[in-house]
Amino acid sequence: MHITTGVKFGVTSHVVRKERAQSAAQWVFRAMALAMIVPLFAIITYLVYRASPSLSWEFLVEVPRRGMRDGGIWPAFIGTLNLVVLSLAISAPIGIMAAIYLNEYARDNWFNRLINLAVINLAGVPSIVHALFGLGAFVYAAQLGYSLIAASLTLAIMTLPVIIASTREALASVPMAFREACWNTGATRWQTIRAVVLPNSISGILTGVILQVSRAAGETAPIMFTGAVFYKAVKQGDFFPYGLTDQVMALSMHLYTVATQVPNVKESIPYATAVVLMGSVLLVNASAITLRVYLRNKKKW
Amino acid sequence: MNIPDSTHPACQRRHQRSPFAIGGEKALEWLIRLSGISAILFVLAIFFFIFREALPVLFSERFSLSQFLFSAEWYPTSSVNVRYGTLALTLGTCAVTALAMVIAVPFGLGGAIYISEFSSPRAREALKITIELLAAIPSVVWGFIGLTMMSKLIVTYTGAPVGVNLLNGGIILALMSVPIIVSIGEDALKAVPDSFREAGIAMGATKWQLVYRVLLPAAKNGLLAAVLLGVGRAVGETMAVLMATGHAVQIPHGILDSVRTLTANVAAELGEAPVGSDHYRVLFLTGVLLFAITFTVNITADFVIRGFKKK
Repeated sequence: MHITTGVKFGVTSHVVRKERAQSAAQWVFRAMALAMIVPLFAIITYLVYRASPSLSWEFLVEVPRRGMRDGGIWPAFIGTLNLVVLSLAISAPIGIMAAIYLNEYARDNWFNRLINLAVINLAGVPSIVHALFGLGAFVYAAQLGYSLIAASLTLAIMTLPVIIASTREALASVPMAFREACWNTGATRWQTIRAVVLPNSISGILTGVILQVSRAAGETAPIMFTGAVFYKAVKQGDFFPYGLTDQVMALSMHLYTVATQVPNVKESIPYATAVVLMGSVLLVNASAITLRVYLRNKKKW
Repeated sequence: MNIPDSTHPACQRRHQRSPFAIGGEKALEWLIRLSGISAILFVLAIFFFIFREALPVLFSERFSLSQFLFSAEWYPTSSVNVRYGTLALTLGTCAVTALAMVIAVPFGLGGAIYISEFSSPRAREALKITIELLAAIPSVVWGFIGLTMMSKLIVTYTGAPVGVNLLNGGIILALMSVPIIVSIGEDALKAVPDSFREAGIAMGATKWQLVYRVLLPAAKNGLLAAVLLGVGRAVGETMAVLMATGHAVQIPHGILDSVRTLTANVAAELGEAPVGSDHYRVLFLTGVLLFAITFTVNITADFVIRGFKKK
């Protein structure tokens, strides 16, 4: 690179080098970001392609036949639905109230810092440890046996910390001035929460809870030893085949079973099960994300 | 202007809430407090119930703690000489986690840097959503992918006799922990004040110089926490490694060896171990060990993050 003496701020070799490093770095980082997206699409395409011979409406609504080597996944699908609804019916109220406590009532003292630490810790407990806990506490100590309710309780405790965290975030995003305005009219703390804080954060709270639907639906280890079973005879089209103390089939467990435990399964069945499981999870997540984006754009403050 | 008379019945009603409303509010606030405390109770309960099931084995004459921690011989069902050594499993966990991190850390941090510093707002939004979806794929589906797609690829490209091995588990775990590294890492970069960036740009620094000289040093604690949380995720993952790493209890010597991890071992054997047997209790003890490991990792990550926020 030649430098003209007349122009003081010309392009020096140093600038050329730094620009070159800059564009190289940008390409490397872009490639890395893309490298994370490519697998997602590759995986979805591959699974759908391999599953295509089995994918149909009948696959979803039929019961398994010939020892799960053929037929559909209805009992597992409805079992997962039961587990998810029940576990979130337990964890959502507790989680939301805990978040209200942490965000609206708690002062910054050692005790509340301890609660925060507990929440963080609970979120990091491995799923198999949750399974051991569910087995020890709900199945044996509480004598619930291997049942829908024991599995749901285990899942509820697993989803709790994330619901607390996301609800807290939603509550914290309501500006302090809103609360102050309400307090100034003479409202109590709870009246303020009910009339001002919750209506302004309910969408954020809901998004957090919806995201946990997919988490609860996908987990296998915690329900494997607390209530999920390989196979259970269920009549076709039955919407409430499981009682609270019955063992249940679940999609995630069913996928594990047909993929590793049952010999001579029709080739496309595990793939189709995986597609249904992943499809429902991604669908739920995508709708939560859409809801969030939509509400963020609508937000006035 | 008409000033309302304070003795007017409508005004008086406004000041008095029914005792039910007041009592109900008190009760509800207690319920809220109780829920707040529940997180602590649950953590304690998890530790208590797992430890309670594991405790009797510590006093069994066929069990020794040093063997449990430092022996690689895991023969829980041997009728002649029962041995419960988890060293091979611990090393399996370490090996899979280390391999996963070798892959996931550069990509995760690189992705975080790209999203936070280089990409346009629209691309950023799209990337973040994709990564969120990547994080949503259930672990059993990841395991299934390892078992089918990945193992075929590994057999084809490395010539390994079996496709389910350390490499397979490492790649699957890397894909699973990348999203958490990206999102926490991006938070850390976003927390660096814009004035740092502006100062750098004013000095004529390019984006890359800015990242390398200013942002990385400024955000290093947050990035470290991101990596730690990725490690925590990888150590605790169960179904994916159960399906993708093969089932051999052995100390791995190469990345094409089959391994078994602590988590996968519990998942694989808990169903077969008779309730109340030594084997069953040793599996719970493994749970205590896992709980302790993830506890340490998560608490460390939290302290690192908090130290970072205080600054």
